[in-house]
Amino acid sequence: MKKISSELENTRKTFSFFSRLKRNPQIDNNFWSEIEEALIQADVGIIATSRIIDGLRAKSNEMKLSTTQSILDLLKDQLKESLEKFNTELNLDGNPAVWVFVGVNGVGKTTSVAKIANWKSKENQRIVLAAGDTFRAAASEQLEMWADSCGAELIKGADGADPSSVIFDATEYAHAKNATLVLADTAGRLHTKSNLMQELEKIVRVANKGSGTVAEILLVLDATVGQNGLQQAKFFAESVDLTGIILTKLDGSSKGGIIFAIAEELAIPIKLIGIGEDKEDLIPFDPELFVEKILDFQEDM
Amino acid sequence: MFDTLTDRLGNIFGRLRNRGKLSESDINAVMAEVRTALLEADVNLKVAKQFQDKVTERCLESQIHTALNPAQQVIKIVNDELIEMLGGQALNLVYSEKPPTVILLAGLQGVGKTTNAVKLAKWFKSQGRNPILVGADLQRPAAVEQLRTLASGIDIPVFSESSEPIKVARNGLSEAISTGRDVLICDTAGRLSIDENLMSEIREISDEIKPHYTFLVIDAMTGQEAVNVAKSFNDKLTLDGMIITKLDGDSRGGAALSAKTVVGKPIAFASTGEKIEDFEVFHPDRLASRILGMGDVLTLIEKAEDAFDQQEAQRAADRLLSGEFNLEDFLEQMQQLKKMGPLQNIVGMMPDLPQGVNPDDVDETRLTRVEAIITSMTYEERDRPEIIDGSRRSRIAKGSGVSIQEVSLLLKQFKEIKRMMKGAVKPNRKKKKKSSKGRKGKQNPRAKTGIEKKENVFDLSEFGSFKN
Repeated sequence: MKKISSELENTRKTFSFFSRLKRNPQIDNNFWSEIEEALIQADVGIIATSRIIDGLRAKSNEMKLSTTQSILDLLKDQLKESLEKFNTELNLDGNPAVWVFVGVNGVGKTTSVAKIANWKSKENQRIVLAAGDTFRAAASEQLEMWADSCGAELIKGADGADPSSVIFDATEYAHAKNATLVLADTAGRLHTKSNLMQELEKIVRVANKGSGTVAEILLVLDATVGQNGLQQAKFFAESVDLTGIILTKLDGSSKGGIIFAIAEELAIPIKLIGIGEDKEDLIPFDPELFVEKILDFQEDM
Repeated sequence: MFDTLTDRLGNIFGRLRNRGKLSESDINAVMAEVRTALLEADVNLKVAKQFQDKVTERCLESQIHTALNPAQQVIKIVNDELIEMLGGQALNLVYSEKPPTVILLAGLQGVGKTTNAVKLAKWFKSQGRNPILVGADLQRPAAVEQLRTLASGIDIPVFSESSEPIKVARNGLSEAISTGRDVLICDTAGRLSIDENLMSEIREISDEIKPHYTFLVIDAMTGQEAVNVAKSFNDKLTLDGMIITKLDGDSRGGAALSAKTVVGKPIAFASTGEKIEDFEVFHPDRLASRILGMGDVLTLIEKAEDAFDQQEAQRAADRLLSGEFNLEDFLEQMQQLKKMGPLQNIVGMMPDLPQGVNPDDVDETRLTRVEAIITSMTYEERDRPEIIDGSRRSRIAKGSGVSIQEVSLLLKQFKEIKRMMKGAVKPNRKKKKKSSKGRKGKQNPRAKTGIEKKENVFDLSEFGSFKN
């Protein structure tokens, strides 16, 4: 957790909407529009932002809140609540359990697989990696380098091989070797390409056919994404049963505010966040810290 | 691409068209809606505000509210400002007098730098240049491997070594000079704009190889942060432009719309698909009209010119006119159409799509199925579809893995096309043949069906040359 706090320091210097707001005791239109702008700039989206602010105004009237401080605290609580109602446990049922990583191109699927492999091998689990991205040049080499560094085994196919069969082979191999967990990487695919989404459905179907059980289907989402993030989550959720989200690249200046709309509309929990390039830089999601980062409340705490 | 924004603006202006006059407060209300539409499309908050203010001011200045048909004028002003916001003219790339022309690519992780380095190299190759790629991304495992694999597919040399990025860049430059390559494209590791060490590193790479062009590679799906990223990179490197990637999804492209306003540098290239050739010079003016639902006929024509074999097209047109057009010709035409790129993109460029038609709904697999049906026919059947009876139908259906109904539907549609074409062309047949003989040089394939030619509604010469 140390790392994300130091990242928060980073944002503190550059982003101080709310600290400024708190010093201004006036609850006027300006105050509300500044909250609106802060949320929009965090990629929360104008529709979700309007909904949040309308709710906040009504509630603070009802509670007769009279200071900017109390309203901002209420906002923080409400945002936190909207993210806290989900179960964020990662499911390990199955022999082996199969976790499938899906998402659009360049969000960090392969890196997330590698980081989880590192984390789970440290817990002395026997892991098999499935190089299901047979499309992007050198994707399996990338995974291979990571696998070597954390001692996990890797099953890969030829370039352009059917990813379903690679993942199926990996589960059977894992079963035979008594490994408990298969981490299946897949090729990045834009959610609007219906043929590629069908391929994904097949991957999940086939992965369930052998000895293994698909226990998690994790959508990897880049925190720099804008309003398109909601579309990504929608389309992937229509195609496969997403069990959670990994929000990557939160070490940058991006805030990932689109997850509020995703939580509201699709009820998919955020389970893990990526906060850097090292293999330890993947940690469980903490709504409190996340909301602080979104709102930059850090300064007065 | 940009469909959401197109739809939203289309709605707003559609309502506007039904209005006789516009009061000042009407204009303010419309512009507030435009701002919301822009924000939903990930346009940066400040840019959206600035756009709103500017358009409102121009509308009020030009006394639109007193005009009789104000909607057209509002749309024109929005179009002008959109072009301005997108960056005016397309980038005019000037090659260095002392080769190689050096190009440096920079950007965040996962935006597509490596893929687009290769796409750019391929583009230079198609312009008659001899590019070399330098792989200075030593950070991401197997990044250089990826570069080499992609580049070997299109026969472009790659220089890299396992040392340090700056050294790789320097040695890559000497390699380019000693092997006589005239364009050098340097791929670099993804880096966060707030990572001071890595930002200094790329500055050093830049100082070392002194690029003629530095492009920021930016993901079309990026949100509000895009402009801050662009700004940080511009402060450190002085960008010459941007390459916008992943435009083939349903991305809203707000990053593209904002970045120019904030850093003053245009989008130079756009990547529109997963294939290496899905990459094009970015034309701000064309995109603006596309966003406003007016299509992009110019790019469509260019794509057709690139994909269609002129003689082949001429032959097919002649056959069509003489009524000899058969399923074999149909298959060839279809395969050429596929060469123009993803069908969704093609449909997206067409002007005045009917309301409710969404390019993303276009199912390319249908083309593949039609292909399968035709290739399951004998040559005789392709030449004379009328001989296809029930038993032939069921054989074709089995061979191509579709239902008999699908085969019948295709035959019916083909018959319909043939009937329509004959009907459309017949009265003018003689004249058309003469004119096509008389024409010299490169022709536009669209003009060859004879239909446009006849009524002279599609005289392309007025647009001038479409080649970049």
